[in-house]
Amino acid sequence: MPDITIIFDRLRWEEKELFEKGKELGLDINMLDVKSEPKELTNLNRDPQIADIVLQRTISHYRGLYYAAILENYGHTVINSFITSLLCGNKLLTTLLLAKNGIPTPKTYAAFSMESALKVIDKLGYPVVLKPIVGSWGRMIAKINDKEQAESILETREMLTDPQQQIYYIQEYVKRPPRDIRGIVVNGHVIAAIYRYQPEDDWRTNIARGGKAEQIKIDGELEDLMIKASNVVNAKLVGVDAMETENGYVIHELNNNLEFHGAFQATGIDIAREIMSYVKELVKN
Amino acid sequence: MPLKAKCKECGADIEIPDDALPGEIVSCPDCGLEYEIVSISAGKVELKLAEDIGEDWGE
Repeated sequence: MPDITIIFDRLRWEEKELFEKGKELGLDINMLDVKSEPKELTNLNRDPQIADIVLQRTISHYRGLYYAAILENYGHTVINSFITSLLCGNKLLTTLLLAKNGIPTPKTYAAFSMESALKVIDKLGYPVVLKPIVGSWGRMIAKINDKEQAESILETREMLTDPQQQIYYIQEYVKRPPRDIRGIVVNGHVIAAIYRYQPEDDWRTNIARGGKAEQIKIDGELEDLMIKASNVVNAKLVGVDAMETENGYVIHELNNNLEFHGAFQATGIDIAREIMSYVKELVKN
Repeated sequence: MPLKAKCKECGADIEIPDDALPGEIVSCPDCGLEYEIVSISAGKVELKLAEDIGEDWGE
């Protein structure tokens, strides 16, 4: 049996790096494309082709989520776990957990009809941010500047067939510098942190949208917040996003499906090696 | 000599990097069509059309 199995559906730069760095560390790794491996749900034995420790690296949130559920039920340890992926992948659940654990986070509401969403938006004042509860790479995140925009965006959302698009996650627009901060937290340690500067033609900072990364040495306060945030979802490998506000830091997102090419280029920190070193510890135990 | 495959769309040669692995994406240099590497062995590479970006992809 291999030491570790990396499950994937599209081999990105990150997965190749993890594979290479794992090999350098002496790990026997097998790569499993979940697209080509159906799994039985009614016979819950360990799969001898799959290592006890599984690193979940699918680009698709749902594939990774459900494959984690299956392998955990077979008895494998999956990083990140099903529950961590579920909680991080859903902004509504993430926000609830951050708030419950006293971690500062932007003021946010959930509304369950277009009419009540408009009321919440009016109450929060413009601009305001509307996000899909499950979404990635900043897609369909809208900064709404006035009531006309609010109505047209909500009307469009009402027309979409995915029922989750009619659950409105509405967040105050946080006054911040033109950047946010991404911390990469591996097993409770912030191993790298970057500013993510928004591109000139966008207010979003996602690297996938052209955001520019720059290394930062974070202070102890932010480090503590990031570690605490990763702990509330029991994440072993997570990108924690923070913003600088007049009243201190807020944590606004936890990314279980971590991409780290931009952070590697900006910092030179060998993030893949750090991750695989942590995984190697698990194999030993 | 690097491995090559023919683009099904435009017929151009697609070079496969030496360190390529199954699951990786390669693009046709002429028409830009993306392919996923299905397998590489004994000097042969098998490609299939890459999936379109999914709504739930990425971080």
